[in-house]
Amino acid sequence: MKSLILSTGARFLLALFLVFSFYVLLRGHNAPGGGFIGGLIAACGFALHAFASGVAEARRALWIDPRNIGVLGLVCALIAGLMALPLGAAPFAGIWAEVAGYKLSSILLFDIGVYFAVLGGILTLVFALEETL
Amino acid sequence: MAQQAQKAAGITRLAGPGAALIALAIFLGLAALLPSVTAGQGLHWRLDWAPGLGVALAFLVDGLSLVFGLLISGIGALIFLYATGYMGDHPQFGRFVLFLLLFMLSMLGLVLASDLITLFVFWELTSVTSYLLIGFGHEDPRARRNALQAMLVTATGGLALLAGLVLMGTAAGGYDLVAILQGPGLQDHALYLPILILVLLGAFTKSAQVPFHFWLPNAMAAPTPVSAYLHSATMVKAGVYLLARLHPVLGGTDAWSGTLATAGLATAVLAALLALRQTDLKQALAYTTLMALGTITLFLAGGHPYALTAAVTFTVVHALYKAALFMVVGAMEHATGTRDVGRLGALRTAMPFTAVAAVLAAASMAGLPPLLGWIGKELLYAGAATLPAPMPVTAGVLLANALMVAVAGVVALRPFFGAAPEVAPPRQAHEAPGLMLAGPLLLAGLGLVFGLVPGLLQPLVDAVVSGSLQAGPAAGLHLWAGINLPLALSLATFALGAAIYLGRVRLRSVIAAMLARLPGFDPGWDRFLDAFRAFAIWQVRIWQTGHLSRYLTVSFLVLAVAVGGALLLRRPVLAVDFTAPLLVWVIAAFTAAGAVLALNPHSRIANIGGIGTVGIGVALLFITFGAPDVATTQLMVETLSAVLFGIAMLRLPGIVERRSGSQQLRHAVLAVLVGLGMTMTVLAITSHPLDRHITGYFEQNSYLLAHGLNIVNVILVDFRAFDTFGELTVVLLASVGAYAVLKRRGLRVRK
Repeated sequence: MKSLILSTGARFLLALFLVFSFYVLLRGHNAPGGGFIGGLIAACGFALHAFASGVAEARRALWIDPRNIGVLGLVCALIAGLMALPLGAAPFAGIWAEVAGYKLSSILLFDIGVYFAVLGGILTLVFALEETL
Repeated sequence: MAQQAQKAAGITRLAGPGAALIALAIFLGLAALLPSVTAGQGLHWRLDWAPGLGVALAFLVDGLSLVFGLLISGIGALIFLYATGYMGDHPQFGRFVLFLLLFMLSMLGLVLASDLITLFVFWELTSVTSYLLIGFGHEDPRARRNALQAMLVTATGGLALLAGLVLMGTAAGGYDLVAILQGPGLQDHALYLPILILVLLGAFTKSAQVPFHFWLPNAMAAPTPVSAYLHSATMVKAGVYLLARLHPVLGGTDAWSGTLATAGLATAVLAALLALRQTDLKQALAYTTLMALGTITLFLAGGHPYALTAAVTFTVVHALYKAALFMVVGAMEHATGTRDVGRLGALRTAMPFTAVAAVLAAASMAGLPPLLGWIGKELLYAGAATLPAPMPVTAGVLLANALMVAVAGVVALRPFFGAAPEVAPPRQAHEAPGLMLAGPLLLAGLGLVFGLVPGLLQPLVDAVVSGSLQAGPAAGLHLWAGINLPLALSLATFALGAAIYLGRVRLRSVIAAMLARLPGFDPGWDRFLDAFRAFAIWQVRIWQTGHLSRYLTVSFLVLAVAVGGALLLRRPVLAVDFTAPLLVWVIAAFTAAGAVLALNPHSRIANIGGIGTVGIGVALLFITFGAPDVATTQLMVETLSAVLFGIAMLRLPGIVERRSGSQQLRHAVLAVLVGLGMTMTVLAITSHPLDRHITGYFEQNSYLLAHGLNIVNVILVDFRAFDTFGELTVVLLASVGAYAVLKRRGLRVRK
C-alpha cells in the first residue's frame, strides 16, 4: 500500500528526524540526550521512510549499507577509547582539548560512535525484516 | 588470470623461507643462552596476568626447556624450507605456513612456560593448531575425521590435565612452576593420586600411549612436512616433555614408575609389532614414533640418572633421525608418486643425496655405530638395568630395538638398494630439489656428528638430568664404553633385527593374523562417537521440542517457582502505599488498559498496540519522576519495537486457538502466578530505602571528572565507556546475526 501523502510527508519528516537526532547527540553531554537516543531517533526516521517509500528507496537515502554504518560506529568508539593510550591514561579514559574556544573530547567521538552503531544495528534489522518477510 | 594466480603463488611461496627465518632467529636466540644454561643459570621472565588468581604469563629457559626449544625451532626452520619445496605451489600454501608457524610458536610456549596455567594455554593451542594441520587437506573426509579424532583425544586429555594442574596449584600453594620445582615435591600430599592420574591422562593422550595410541597413525593424513614436524620433535613430544618436567614433583613413587613403565613398555612393543606390519612407509614411521614415545615414557618411570640420561638422549636421537626419515619418505613420494615399499627399489642412482640422508638416519634409528643412535641404544640398555623389574624391561627394549633395526632396513635399505620393483612407480624418479634435501641431510648429518663427538651434547644432557630433573650427574655419552652388558645386548639386537628383516614377509602375515584377533581401537572409537552422538541427539530432543509455547511455559514456570519460592521462604515486608498524585493514577490506568488490550485473542494489531501502550505508559511515569532522557529512550525503543513487531507479526496468518480448555486454564494460572510474584518482588524491593551512595558519587564527580552535567550520558560514554563499547558490539553482532538468518531463510524460500 503506497500512500502519496505518507511518502511525501516521510521525506520531510526524515530530514527533521535527522536534524533533531544530531541536536540530541550533541547536547547529550550536559542536557538530556546523547548518542544512544540520537541513534534511535535517526533509525526511527529511516524506518518511517522505509515504510512509506520502500526499503530500496530508504537504502538509497542512507547511501551506505547499514551494516557498514554500524561497523563505522564501532570503529569510532574504539578509536576514541584507544586515544588515551599514547597519553599514558587507561583505555577509554576521556581526553579533552580546547580548540578555538570549543571544548572537544574523545568522549564526543565515542558518543558519535554510539550513534552510528545504534543506527546501523537497528536499520540492519529493520531493513532485513522488511525485505525478507 | 592464470598469470596473476601464478604471481600470487610465487609470493606465497616466499612465506616458507620467511617463516624459516623466524624459526632460525628463535633457534639462534635460544642457542645464545646455551652457555649460561649449561653453567646452571636459567633465564626467567614473568608478567603478571591475573594477579588475583596467582596466574602469570611466565617463561623459563633451563636445560630441559632448552633441549626441546632448540629441537622445535631448529627442526622447524628446516621443515619450513622442506615444505616450500614439497608443496610451495599449493594454492593454500600461505595458510599452511601460517598454521605451521602458529603451531611452532604454541609448542615453544608450551616447553618454555613456567606457570602451570600458561603451560596449559599453550598445550591447548598445540591441540587446536595441530587439528588445523592434520585436517589441512579438508576436502578429504578421511583427513577431517582423523583431525577431529586427534583433536578430541588430545583435548579430552587436556581437560583432565587442566583439572590436574589446578589441583597441583592448590596442593603446592601456587601456579609458579619454579617455586613448585624447588618445593618439597607432592609425593606425600593427600591429593597426590588424583593429581597423578589427571596429569598422566593428559600426557598419555598427547603422547599417544596405549590405550590412547590410535589417533597418531591416523594423523598421517596430514601433508608429509606436518608429519615430519609433529611426530618427530613436537606435538607428540609434548606429553613426554610434561612427564619430564614434572618428574621431580610427581616422580619416584610406585604409582608413577608402575604406570609409566607399564604404559611405556606396552606402547613400545605393540608399536614395534604394528610398524613391521605396515607396507606404507609413512605409516611404518608413524608406528616407530609410537615405539619411541613408549620407550621415552618407560625410561622416565625410573629415577636413576642412567635411566633419565637414556630418556633425554633418546629424545634427541629420535627427533633428529625421525624428522630426517619423514622428509626422506616425503621426497621419495614426491619423486615417484608412491609410498608403498613394494613399488620402490633401486632409487640410489636416481636419488643419491636422498639415499645418503636415508642411510645415515636409518643407521641412527637402528643404533649402528658411530652414530648418535648407537650411544642412545647403549644408554637404553644401561638405563634398563636401573628400572624396576629390569628383566622384562630389558627383554621388551631388546625386542623393540630389534624390530626398529628391521624397520630401518625396510624404510632405508630396500627402496634405495633393493631390487627394482616389478610394478614400476607412477612417476620416473628424480632427485629432490635442494630445499627438500637440506633438512634430511643436515639432521642425519648431525646424528653422525654428535655420534662421533658426543662431548658436544654432553653439557646439555648434564644440564637436563642434574639441573631440570634434579637427579644427580648424568651418565657419560661415549661411543665406546668398554666391553659390558649393553654392548652384548646391542650385538644381540643387531642379530635379532637382521633375522627379523630377512623373515619379515612371513612375520608380517603372522602379526597380521595375530592382530586381527585383537579388538581394533579405531573402529571402537567410531562406535563410541556414534553412541555419544545418539545420546546427545536424544537428550536435546527432550529439551528442544521446537514448540514456542512449551519453551515459554518452561521459562515462566521456572520463574514462578524461583520467585514464588523465594517469597514464601523469606516472607519480606511489602510496601503497600496507595498515596500518589492523581496524574500517576491516570497514567497507571492508561498502562493497565494497554495491558488488557495486549491480551486480545483475536487481533494481532491490538496485541502490538497494547504492548506499545504499556511502554508509553512507563515512559510517562519516567517523565513524572524526573528522568526525561530515560523516558525519551523508552519512547524511541517502544516505537521501534512496535515497528519490528508489526513487520514480523502482521505477516503471520490470523490467530487460531489450538490449545484445549485445560491448557488455556494452566497457562492462565501460570501467567497470574508470574505476575503476582513479580508484583510482590517489586513491592518488597521498594520497602527498603534506596541505597544512594553510588548515585551520590556520580552526582559529585560527573562534572568534576568528566566535565558533563547529564549524569546518565556521562556514565554511558565516560565512566562506563568500556561496558558501552561491549554493548555496542553485542547490538551490532545481534542484528548482523539476525540479518544472516533472515537472508538465508529468504534464499530458501525463493528456491
